[in-house]
Amino acid sequence: MTRIQLNGRKLELNGRHSLATLLKKYKINDKKIAVELNGKIINQNKYKLIYIKNMDKIEIVHFIGGG
Amino acid sequence: MKKDIFKISNEILKSRLIVGTGKYRSLKETAAAVKVSGASMVTVAVRRVNILDKKKPSLTDYLNPKKIKYLPNTAGCFTANDSLRTLRLAREMGGWKMVKLEVLGDKKTLYPDMLETLKATKVLVKEGFKVLVYSSDDPLLAKELEYLGASAVMPLASPIGSGQGIQNKINLSIIIKNAKVPIIVDAGIGTPSDATIAMELGCDGVLVNSAIAKAKNPILMAESFKNAVVSGRQSFTAGRMKKLFYANASTPSTGLI
Repeated sequence: MTRIQLNGRKLELNGRHSLATLLKKYKINDKKIAVELNGKIINQNKYKLIYIKNMDKIEIVHFIGGG
Repeated sequence: MKKDIFKISNEILKSRLIVGTGKYRSLKETAAAVKVSGASMVTVAVRRVNILDKKKPSLTDYLNPKKIKYLPNTAGCFTANDSLRTLRLAREMGGWKMVKLEVLGDKKTLYPDMLETLKATKVLVKEGFKVLVYSSDDPLLAKELEYLGASAVMPLASPIGSGQGIQNKINLSIIIKNAKVPIIVDAGIGTPSDATIAMELGCDGVLVNSAIAKAKNPILMAESFKNAVVSGRQSFTAGRMKKLFYANASTPSTGLI
């Protein structure tokens, strides 16, 4: 069990997850987002290589309408 | 006549009207208004993805970033650090270097915190961003932003979303006269005539969001703004007549019976 904080929400993940599988789990298109892991921006081509650890804080953002 | 080109940094924009994409009733309406406005650049915000709502349509489904230029904005940021974080994420997402910096200082007036704005501008320029900076209408601070390397300065006309129009024409005129970078009026525009006035004063462009999104008919208002900006620019380029204190008859008096 991996406890993480995703977009401000506390979650528990079963099994081993990379950033790529996490995005897949939540059906998020990785072309339209940016990911920050513990305050550090992660390059898109590293999503498959980085595995999620206990207590990780992840932010997934996208563009929305704004002024 | 020389072709009238609107250029920010090395980016040529077809329209002098930049529109925001917030506050619309739907994304469909946003897209329709943007299209009618003729804008070639739109401001967008960076927010958390709603991880639980899988069907939520995204802005990019309605406004193709390959066809219309996205200008990521830092709306809602109150510190230099928050705005830097937002724009770095935006760059990662889209690969765009052109961004709009907006560091707010007060929740009620949404007036810019210029000390934090100057700080953030310096860092962004160093990191290679082309920064369009939301600014107070202080001529000295506008010039300071230019010195720091801002690609454009965006003084407010009046508070964000207030629709109060241009409240300080004198300051705006001084800022325009002093500037070597484009001056784009941002915030407070309420009607197309406000936009025309801004353009007649010599602004290089205007940014409009609420005045279109909050109109009864946003699509028609978007078209009106398009015309108003073109009209104001033409008027500025044509050069207005001199103001006279007394009347001056339009019809010659020769041949009068």
